[in-house]
Amino acid sequence: MAVDQHLKIELGKQGVLVTTIEEIYNWGRRSSVWPMQFGLACCAIEMIATTMARYDLARFGAEVFRPSPRQADLMIVSGTVTKKMAPQVVRLYNQMAEPRYVIAMGACAISGGPFKQGYNVLKGIDRYIPVDVHIPGCPPRPEALIQAFITLQKKIDGQHLTGADRPRHLDAGAQGEFPVPEQGEHDLEPTSNAGVWPVQIQGLRD
Amino acid sequence: MKSAEEIKAAIEAAVPGAGVEFVPNPGPAAEHSLRLAPASAVAVATFLRDDADLAFDFLSNVSGVDWPDREIAEKVKVARTVTKTVDGVEQSVEETVEETRKRVEPGCLEAVYHLYSVAKKHGPLVIRMKTANRIDQVELPSLTPVWRAAEFQEREVFDLYGIIFTGHPDLRRLLMWEGFKDHPMRKDYVEPDDYEYEPTPHDHVLKRAQERRAAEAALGTEGLRGCGTNKRETVNYEL
Repeated sequence: MAVDQHLKIELGKQGVLVTTIEEIYNWGRRSSVWPMQFGLACCAIEMIATTMARYDLARFGAEVFRPSPRQADLMIVSGTVTKKMAPQVVRLYNQMAEPRYVIAMGACAISGGPFKQGYNVLKGIDRYIPVDVHIPGCPPRPEALIQAFITLQKKIDGQHLTGADRPRHLDAGAQGEFPVPEQGEHDLEPTSNAGVWPVQIQGLRD
Repeated sequence: MKSAEEIKAAIEAAVPGAGVEFVPNPGPAAEHSLRLAPASAVAVATFLRDDADLAFDFLSNVSGVDWPDREIAEKVKVARTVTKTVDGVEQSVEETVEETRKRVEPGCLEAVYHLYSVAKKHGPLVIRMKTANRIDQVELPSLTPVWRAAEFQEREVFDLYGIIFTGHPDLRRLLMWEGFKDHPMRKDYVEPDDYEYEPTPHDHVLKRAQERRAAEAALGTEGLRGCGTNKRETVNYEL
């Protein structure tokens, strides 16, 4: 149950903390998202810059880049995903524990970018894994990554623990493992995961 | 540095039966090259590296070139016998007619090597080798035993063009995965059909997008292979 915001503030002034499980649970999750230490191309340089002193991603609770997918919550797909690399990216995503999130950073990770008409670049990582936040740019500046990170935090904050729109890790029937594409004779097989692609855009009407 | 012709003469003096061909470059760069016969290429390359005057000790670059089959139209003068009526009498007359004949020049694959000399501070010397055709006789001798720098570049040429370098120590694909069958830099390579959904197609991509749209309309489907159902796709392709 949501608490009336005015009542909550009034009680806070009197030294009484009122909250909900959902609020404190989401606050805990969004305040320490550990990204995975993995970079693919030039966007990774911007990602590294974001974590350094000048931009300091640690201000948002994401300073611990884990070198193992088992310990990471957030995969920042930072750069060009080649078709040779795509199965490994999906496999790493499968190895991450729930709850897990994906930021597709830069034009290449979103759509193939400048290599869109090439033969060896995946035309967007959202063909195989669900992406929470897309950042345009080539490469996006550190501010854009921070913006994406805050967007992700807002998304986590808005999640309900029950109901149809609850996050995947609270839904026993949700898809947990995503099929890893095979490297075929001419292309990846299959060319996309029907469960996640095409992306359904919310709030868009005919 | 000696000119390409002089180097050709030096090679022929040192390596008997080398079969080196001078390939002029008519452009303003005038960077002429030497085409080596595959059979003697390793001997010639060793000479170019070890000769005291030339000393090409640095291989800078290896490229592949795909020459597809070419149809050449030529005008040929043909003499033929024609029956004509001259002054009411039928006569056979020899006549010269211009005819256009088409012949197909078979294609080939080519490897191009750029050589420099660090010791002598000269270069580049461009040497090239041609395969017999571009289907089954695609072997060329590897120059990796002469210049170690050729190793990865020859692997890349093998990967993207399909030239098989005999004598290469580790000839595997470099950029594409094992099990990939095509050679993407060849002119007749057909790339996977996976980019038509983009919102701003142009040129040949626009043409392909329109073809795809027409095929979808004919089939009455809401998109083939996962393309087209996306709301982002409500884009007018008839721009």
